[in-house]
Parts: sequence; structure tokens; C-alpha cells
Amino acid sequence: MKPLTFLLRDPPEQRLDLSPLVPHLLAGKTVAEIERIELQTTRYRVTAGDVFRVRAGDAAQICLDGASDRLDHVGHAMSGGEILVDGDVGAQVGRLMAGGRLTVRGDAGPFAASGMKRGLIEIRGAAGERLGAPLAGEMAGMRGGVVIVRGRAGERAGDRMRRGTIIIEGEAGPYAGSRMIAGTLIVLAEAGALPGYLMKRGTIVLGGGCGKIPPTFVDCGVYQILALRLLAGLIDPYSKRGAALLKRPLQRLAGDMAVLGKGEIFI
Amino acid sequence: MRKLTVKGVQVDDTFAEAFGMRATALIITADTARWARQAAETMTGFATSVIGCGCEAGIDCDLTPKETPDGRPGVRVLIFAVSTAELQKQLQNRVAQCVLTCAGTACYAGIAGEERLKLGNALRYFGDGWQISKRFGAKHFWRIPVMDGEFLCEATTALTKQAVGGGNLLIIGRTTQTTRAAAEAAAAAVAKVPDVIAPFPGGIVRSGSKVGAKYKGMTASTNDAFCPTLRGAVKSALDAEAGSVLEIVIDGLTSEAVAAAMRAGIAAIVRLGPRRGAIRISAGNYGGKLGPHYYHLRDLVP
Repeated sequence: MKPLTFLLRDPPEQRLDLSPLVPHLLAGKTVAEIERIELQTTRYRVTAGDVFRVRAGDAAQICLDGASDRLDHVGHAMSGGEILVDGDVGAQVGRLMAGGRLTVRGDAGPFAASGMKRGLIEIRGAAGERLGAPLAGEMAGMRGGVVIVRGRAGERAGDRMRRGTIIIEGEAGPYAGSRMIAGTLIVLAEAGALPGYLMKRGTIVLGGGCGKIPPTFVDCGVYQILALRLLAGLIDPYSKRGAALLKRPLQRLAGDMAVLGKGEIFI
Repeated sequence: MRKLTVKGVQVDDTFAEAFGMRATALIITADTARWARQAAETMTGFATSVIGCGCEAGIDCDLTPKETPDGRPGVRVLIFAVSTAELQKQLQNRVAQCVLTCAGTACYAGIAGEERLKLGNALRYFGDGWQISKRFGAKHFWRIPVMDGEFLCEATTALTKQAVGGGNLLIIGRTTQTTRAAAEAAAAAVAKVPDVIAPFPGGIVRSGSKVGAKYKGMTASTNDAFCPTLRGAVKSALDAEAGSVLEIVIDGLTSEAVAAAMRAGIAAIVRLGPRRGAIRISAGNYGGKLGPHYYHLRDLVP
């Protein structure tokens, strides 16, 4: 069956909240019903029909064509199915996602994959700051699933991450994996200053080193850890280069000794 | 008893009687096949019979690096016990003492299923706080720091309640040499069948037992009906030609696997023939009173 397609008519005049446009909320709805869904974030009412040309199809597979960085909350709490975005997206793409697959062909704004639980997010372009991070006031960020960013990611990628895997094929900004509780963050290119800042547990792998090795991390020697080799096999379908990195001998730094100190950075 | 003879080997018209068991499987890997094998042999040692060992365990097969989760050579091990609690206890003790301790090994679930047994979840405390949990999708692993690096262990393995224990073949020959040759051929054939083990030494048992004994407190004692030296003294199952008897006991993850193993064993014995091997094949049962699984030899002959 053909996918349910939303074609952006014009660049929106206000930021839009696309959280209602997820497979489990659109299942069984007609095009007319979908077009009446309100998406505005200001006082001016905007419906899906106003901004998108909706083409009927299987709600389990949604296409957003000609997307813009003013579209926020794409794939919010989606629990299954697939969303394919042709273009950029705004803030909080895939926030609280609990299953399925979300692909962004362009760039993503801040707080992508925030609080994600399960599923797979692929961002072909760059991701903004605080990838997978919690919003203000929340205790933990990403807690499961897989995120792949083909481009670079902004600062504090994987902030307060609890579980799951983030692979950044490009560079990462400063404070990558800050305050990590657990989980795995892999950066293939260079990371900014002070990765793993105040991390408690978890694993950060830096394929391209980092601006400055944090002073509160301690050297544990160079090893080929079997767990990383096993992880390489598991992430191979998502990132061949990431898998290749994990098979290399890597230097293990334990930290952050300013806090619990049970985390690790591999360089 | 009706007589069926295949290529000169007499096959009794009887059946093997087997019981339902709880079982699990593990994959043990190491840097080399030799050390994977070492860990598997150590953890399946002293696991011939649930009567005295708590479980029956053995090596199902060797695995190539392509067949293991971490791309290293490995071995698949099967463990059978009479209850879930006993299986958990045996699994935990044996992996802790024999796999965790063995140089360079890692340990993974070797069977899929809903019901789980603790594996790394029970052993992680050895890490004394330095153990690291790693989850990827549905897979959960524990990394336990040890003196040669890290012991990597999957958190849980599955349990099957479809397992069958006690499939058997009684191999009767003229001399100890020819009987042993037939038993060795049968054990080698059984070893090739997937999802089964023959838990006794070399896959062969020479001290088959009957239920009960003249002594109080003994639950099993020697199977005098099949002891050649008692042929004249007891109600013997052996005729004048029989000089030696060996048994193969088979445990399998499924009833079909046990039947396939018995079929392979019979075929190997028949192939060897009565001159170099066995003159007769029989099977042990309890008159059909105890076990839910029956394997009639006439259904399994080639």
C-alpha cells in the first residue's frame, strides 16, 4: 500500500506542532479528518489541510515531503510504523518515541530523540544541540532505542542518557555524553571539549579523539574489549564505519571521577 | 516377542520410555576453539545423570566463528534437569565455576524463548560493583572485569519445557570389543544430531540400572536382566550368544530430536553389522507406566 503523504504547500508562517501526525493517531482516519487536525502553536489556528497537501495512504507509513525546520515534534511518542521526512525538521523530532522507524533526510533541530524509549531514528544531515537529552526538569534523557546521525551533532549530545545507543558519524559538539547515566554514545569524527562531563556510567567511543581529554578521566590502558566487538556486530546494519571503529584497539579512560566514575571513554 | 532382523542385527519389538525435562542451551566462545571446548567440557563434567549430578549436560556441537554472537569459535552446550529451580541452580554454579574461570571465554544464550533463566544476572555480583550492564535492543549483557580482561555474559538464557530425557538404546554384542565398537559408532552418529546430547562418558553407559533395589534407600540398582555374568542366575533378557551390553542414553530439546538421534544410532549399529558390532538392539522401559514419551524401535529402523 502507498504511504500517507503530507506535502508542504508553503513554508509555514509560524512554528507548527506535528505531534498529532504519527501512525498510531492517524490509523483509521480519512483524509478529510486528517486535514481538520490543528497544528498551530500561536493564536492563529492552522490545520493540517492548510499547510499540507494530504495524499491518502497507509497510516503506518507516513511521508513528510518538502519539510521545513519550522516543523516541531515530528514523530512525537510514535509507537510503531514509519515516518520518512524529506527535508529538515525543527525541535524535538522523535521525542518520547516508543517504537518504529523515523528517518529525516535533512537536518534536525535541538532535542532530537529526547527521552526516546525504543525504535530507530536516522538523521541523514546534522542534529542540533542536546540530542537525546531531557527537557528542563526531567531526570533522564534517552532510555532506549538507536539514533544515527550521519552528519554532525551539536553540544551535549546524549545528555543524561540512561540506555540505548547513539551513533554520530560526523563531529560532536562540546560536552558530548554530559551527565550520562548509562548507555552508549559513539562519535566517529572529532568530539568537542570535555566529553563525558559528569558522566556516572555508560560508554562513549570517540573515533576522532576530542578537543581536550577531560582532567577527571583516568587512563586504564589500550584494549580490544570483547563487548565492543559484540556491539560492532549489532550496530553493523546501521553504521559500517561505526562497527569498524569498535573492532580497533582503543584506549580506555574511566570517569568521570568527579562523580560516580563508573563510565568510560574509548579513544 | 516378535523378531525383526535388519542386515543380521536383531531389533527387539520394544520401546524406549522417556520423561519430560527442563532444559536450556548456552553458547560458550573463546579466543580459540581449544579454550571454548575446554570451558564446555569442564562445565559439563560430572553431569551424567540427574540422580547423582543434579543435571545432565553435554556438548551439542562446535560452532564456527560465523555462527557465534561475537565472531569467535564456540561450543553449544545443553543442560537438562528435572525442575526449573534445579536447572537454575546447576546453570549458575557450573557457569560461575567453569566458564567464568576459564581463560578468555564469553557466554551467551543458546536457545530462544519466553521463559528465562538467570545467567549474567546471577553472576554479575562477582564484579563487586565494577560490573557493567550493556543493552542493545532486546539483548542484555553483563561485562564483569576479570584478570585477563572482561567476562562477557548474556543476562539471561531461555528455558524449554518441551525437553525429553532418557531416550535410550541397549546394544548387545558377542564380546566387549565388538559391543564397544557398535556403541562407539552409535555414539558418534548421535553426536552429529542437533539438539541432543548423550551425557554419559563418551556418550556410552555400561551400568544400566533398574528401578529399586533389595537395599533400603536405593532408588536404582544394576540392571541384572542385562548383566551377562548373571545370565544363568537371574531372569535374564540375554541369550547364550550375548557376552556384553552397553547403553546409549539420549536427552534432547524436543521429542523429535530424541527420535532422530535414536534413528541415527540404530542406523550406525546396523551399518557396522553383527560380525564387527552388535548382534541385537533393545531399549529400556518401565512397562509404559512412567514416561509420557515412547520410542518404538520398529519405527526407527532404517
